Amino acid sequence: MSDRRSAAKRDPSWLAGALIALAVLYFVLVLLLPLVTVFAEALRRGFGEYFAALQEPDALAAIRLTLLVAAIAVPLNTVFGLAAAWAVTKFQFWGKSALLTLIDLPFSISPVISGLVFVLLYGARGWFGPLLDQYDIHVIFSVTGVVLATVLVTLPFVARELIPLMQAQGSDEEAAAATLGASGWRTFFLVTLPNIKWALMYGVLLCTARAMGEFGAVAVVSGHIRGETATMPLHVEILYNEYSFVAAFAVASLLALFALVTLAVKSLLEARFAQQLAAQRWR
Amino acid sequence: MTAASRLRRLVEPSALPGLGPTLGFTLVYLSFFVLLPLSALALRPWELGFDHVRDVLTSERTLAALQLSFGAAFLAACINAVFGTIVAWVLVRYDFPGRRLLDAFIDLPFALPTAVAGIALAAIYAPNGLVGALFAPYDIRIAFTPLGVMIALIFVGFPFVVRSIQPVLEDFETEAEEAAATLGANRLQTIHRVILPAITPSILAGFSLAFARAVGEYGSVIFIAGNIPMVSEIAPLLIVIRLEEFDYAGAAAVGLIMLSISFVLLLLLNALQSHIARRGR
Repeated sequence: MSDRRSAAKRDPSWLAGALIALAVLYFVLVLLLPLVTVFAEALRRGFGEYFAALQEPDALAAIRLTLLVAAIAVPLNTVFGLAAAWAVTKFQFWGKSALLTLIDLPFSISPVISGLVFVLLYGARGWFGPLLDQYDIHVIFSVTGVVLATVLVTLPFVARELIPLMQAQGSDEEAAAATLGASGWRTFFLVTLPNIKWALMYGVLLCTARAMGEFGAVAVVSGHIRGETATMPLHVEILYNEYSFVAAFAVASLLALFALVTLAVKSLLEARFAQQLAAQRWR
Repeated sequence: MTAASRLRRLVEPSALPGLGPTLGFTLVYLSFFVLLPLSALALRPWELGFDHVRDVLTSERTLAALQLSFGAAFLAACINAVFGTIVAWVLVRYDFPGRRLLDAFIDLPFALPTAVAGIALAAIYAPNGLVGALFAPYDIRIAFTPLGVMIALIFVGFPFVVRSIQPVLEDFETEAEEAAATLGANRLQTIHRVILPAITPSILAGFSLAFARAVGEYGSVIFIAGNIPMVSEIAPLLIVIRLEEFDYAGAAAVGLIMLSISFVLLLLLNALQSHIARRGR
């Protein structure tokens, strides 16, 4: 009987073969080809030129800036994600769904708009731009602006990963700890954190990947000053527009390598800790 | 009524500490990074008067850019809906060498920075590129045309449909398929009549996500698009151009109309999706 049952679910082999071929073809054409192209173009003139391009002072400055921006934006959004998740999942209060919508909002906004809004606030003709200018504080065309735009774009990642998980886990364990006299911090570190650590790591991973790769939002606020406000993706654009293709693809290949590592770690976390992740949809 | 008792009506009592600091921090953070910036987007288009907004939005260049952004995003999402469904089906139902690797790679467009994808696509589809050269002899140009824009948007939206359908297919009750087969349906009839209706809401959900993402996409598009005004200039790029001209009101107007149209379209798609889901039940 089980034979006939599985036969009913099985597609004719010509159909299965054709669909697999079609899926693989689409995958190769749409996803694999661009990825391979990045490395092929970067190494087009050999390893010598490749490594020389990566040791350019401006390239090194771009790498440092990208790491710096991620090192500020990711911890900020991690603390925010933890605080928001604690407030939303441990308490009942009025307006919670509006708050959740607001947390999600940055995902539905074009990256360019995420940069634009900060120019509208802090640009030369922004609401606060002229005022800050009097105190010699410049947000737009400076690293500050790049950080602000990156924070906005990556704001939901950690919160979105933690909220569904902590909702599902409930607060019984925390309530027990609190009843036994544990302080709030103690409860968080000894009870909550061990329960959410893999999900937290997952959220931080996605947040970091996006923070280092963000282009549109950062492009609007950075001013593309070589060696100063150009992150790696912006430096790729500068080089490409100067027709320095090998150098552009060399810097791009570093970002692509990082993307591959991200995918590998993400798959590993999903495979090993599926039960402890909320498995959010990545955007 | 005192302020404290009024506050108590808004918050249910809890044994756990920390509501004040965590909620307070959350609200301050969101106000600074989301609410304040977005209120600037909502308010600043109007500062040069309603007529300026109307002039910006009804100029031929803006209309062409909006049409391209929404049109190419729609077509790309349609193509991804078809192929994404096939890829999800293949990943869930068949076992073949490399399946797990393919599964892990689906999220590549999320992980790969858009500028990196952008220059790679431009290199592939330029007239002297790997794929572009195949079409060049027939006088078909892909890069620097709306077709190139669509190709970039296909790349960007690829994972959404696959990832929306996958969990639904995995949970799908195979009894329904068995019943259909027992009642004499052939395999294609079963797919068409039983399986497709069940996954249509999630196809539509993935379509909406891919569409929404593609409308605002910038990095992967601008390199392959060529950015010719009225032809291959997308709406987000027009925002950048208006900003470079210090026309803040104009830039904000284009941004606001993009967000508004997306919002209305997504509401419609959501309504359609729940309508189909209800009918299917």
